Amino acid sequence: MLSRVAENLYWMARYLERAENTARLISVNTNLLLDLPRRVVPGWAPLIEITGSRAIFAAHYAEPDERSVVKFLIGDVANPGSILNSLGFARENARTVRDFIPREAWEQVNELYLYAKNNQASGLSRSRRYDYLRGVILGVQQITGLLAGTMTHDEGYGLLRMGRNLERADMTIRIIDVRSENLLPGKSEELTPFENIQWVGVLKSLSAYQMYRRAMQARVRRPDVLRFLFKERLFPRAVHYTISEVENCLKHLPRREVPLGRVSRLRELVTASHPEELDQAELHRFIDSLELGLNELHRAISDTYFLPGVSSA
Amino acid sequence: MAIRWGAYRAKGLYDELMRAAGRSRPAAKQLCDHLRSLTDVEIEERKQAAEAAIRVMGVTFRVYSEEGGSIDRAWPFDIIPRIIPSGEWRRIETGLKQRVRALNLFIDDLYHDQRIVRDKVFPGDILASSKNYRPQCAGVDPPRGVWAHICGSDLVRDKDGTVYVLEDNLRVPSGVSYMLENRLVQKRVFPELFEQYSIEPVDDYPSQLYDMLSSIAPRAAGRPEIVVLTPGIYNSAYFEHAYLAQQMGVELVEGRDLAVGEDDCVYMRTIEGLTRVDVIYRRIDDLFLDPEAFNPESRLGVRGLLRAWKKGNVALANAPGAGVADDKVVYALVPEMIRYYLNEEPILPNVPTYLCVNDAQREHVLANLDKLVVKPANESGGYGMLIGPHAGQKEREEFARLIRRDPRNYIAQPLISLSTTPTLVGTKVEPRHVDLRPFILSGESVYVTTGGLTRVALRKGSTVVNSSQGGGSKDTWIVEEGAI
Repeated sequence: MLSRVAENLYWMARYLERAENTARLISVNTNLLLDLPRRVVPGWAPLIEITGSRAIFAAHYAEPDERSVVKFLIGDVANPGSILNSLGFARENARTVRDFIPREAWEQVNELYLYAKNNQASGLSRSRRYDYLRGVILGVQQITGLLAGTMTHDEGYGLLRMGRNLERADMTIRIIDVRSENLLPGKSEELTPFENIQWVGVLKSLSAYQMYRRAMQARVRRPDVLRFLFKERLFPRAVHYTISEVENCLKHLPRREVPLGRVSRLRELVTASHPEELDQAELHRFIDSLELGLNELHRAISDTYFLPGVSSA
Repeated sequence: MAIRWGAYRAKGLYDELMRAAGRSRPAAKQLCDHLRSLTDVEIEERKQAAEAAIRVMGVTFRVYSEEGGSIDRAWPFDIIPRIIPSGEWRRIETGLKQRVRALNLFIDDLYHDQRIVRDKVFPGDILASSKNYRPQCAGVDPPRGVWAHICGSDLVRDKDGTVYVLEDNLRVPSGVSYMLENRLVQKRVFPELFEQYSIEPVDDYPSQLYDMLSSIAPRAAGRPEIVVLTPGIYNSAYFEHAYLAQQMGVELVEGRDLAVGEDDCVYMRTIEGLTRVDVIYRRIDDLFLDPEAFNPESRLGVRGLLRAWKKGNVALANAPGAGVADDKVVYALVPEMIRYYLNEEPILPNVPTYLCVNDAQREHVLANLDKLVVKPANESGGYGMLIGPHAGQKEREEFARLIRRDPRNYIAQPLISLSTTPTLVGTKVEPRHVDLRPFILSGESVYVTTGGLTRVALRKGSTVVNSSQGGGSKDTWIVEEGAI
């Protein structure tokens, strides 16, 4: 497999995953705000933090109000991480690897981009937003399913999975980082019921609520949520799971020593951790070290398998 | 009823489907009857089905504009096919094979002994001033003596029904993927007609292309590593490059994916490391192919590629330098080449061509600019042309000046009244001009596509069929007459 193709497959999957995650974030936040009293409302600013786009947002918008943030995250071409841009980049990557993915997958990527582009207005309107975002989420999942069911599970598929899982791991820890911080400052007794709602929101952002209930069979509490989201071995959006996925993919690729070493260390870090015992500062440090590890892992994969000298993000 | 053939008028022109108003040609009868049976709503539905299929399949081409950069446009497709009876097609096919055989012998001769120049059949000064002659290629022996492995020849039909060759594209002809996709779309739009008609399939092309490319691999043993070399995603024909690589199951590479090693062999960069490449179907022009041998500024090509090719370590299709025959002055002499190399009479005629480099012919051209079409010798895509009868005085004077300044670079031809074929305009049919581009593959043997890409000038009265200038396309049916 060509290095350039490997790179495109990897990024196609990352961008698709990014679009799906962003759609879920907006959807859940829209819902969450309806359940919270006005004085507790964390508003829309956390979404800008989670997607790491504070500077770009500030350059184009005055206030992180609902309309601005939603517009920024859905369709703003100035935001490289907007749903529309992510799907556009995914499409360009897919286009260059058309000979590697099943035709239906390419058609679906193309169609999803056009859907997201042509229906942007629905995403901005509160009443139609849910359906619009659901269309994006289901569209990406359909592609994921198509690829799983119709693409040869060769090295190329491995690169796709690596891209998807790295992006997923990244998004999971960002959501935890920002949300847990926002949750804490209140700490007063009267806010407790709402804190509960917000942790539910975190789980829902990751489509993890139902699975959490099944696994934990307990009410939603910070220590349990953290343990679940970091360490659950069977839930596909938990950090441990996503990193193990990358590790498994690497085991089937040639010249894997360096990236495999990195990913194994990262997994051990998660295995050895006790996130449920960490206070906010410790949690933040832990997340920082994971973030660093993910970046190094990406660089190792890129140095080993992609074309020299070029890298996009 | 929506389509009334009685109202269809292609006055003074040859129409591909209709003999006269209300009277279809025998091969088109079932199609015309079927179209007549559809209501406006049904026709609109079929059109929308085609548009949806094209959009979903992502069939696009890129158009460049000064302000907007490049944009992807959906491929314009007309749902009424163009029909050619198989008997007529067999004759055209034989003529094309003959033509391409002669062209390959000509190119090989030019890069070796130049017998045709010594025998004064081909003027030496035309060769000396050829923009596409590559001195770097002299003396090279590509496998099987073939230089133009893929040729796209444009055919047009005049008023009287005669089919002429208008030009031969021997550099990097494009359009074959649209021919293949058009058939897929057509099948989705009119499945019932495919049951009624016996239509020759077109989908063998990717296999034929693969076999041809395999047949020129330098290493005899094993399965050759074949790649398609593209300038990249911003090229107007990128869709086709990706499509063909996918259909053949080979790698689609860019220049940066390849490297020439110290052993003068070509390698591609893969996740396993370097892999040797045997055959490159290159869709990059000669001058950008290798910065070491040609344009040193090129970032699309591969340093050392020509060296590897000359040593016989890699096959290039088309061979560098094959474009020497892709020159409208050379074109004018193809019938002579057929007689010279094959000792046969040309089966397909050329459009009569005046060479401005010839004094007497130039005077004739300058005196008749209002009746002739003037073309630069080395342009493609319909750019830089003068269509005399439709041009203004000022434009004609401009061309007269251009011709006098650089006569070698211009040829002139009478305006061929391109044949028409019924094309949907709204839910009605109107005649629109068409040409046809079949593709000819030369390797171990010679293969011609069944039919080719029919391009149609969608603007009323226009004869410019290029997709970059408002052209569209149609599916082309070669139908067995006995089976109609």
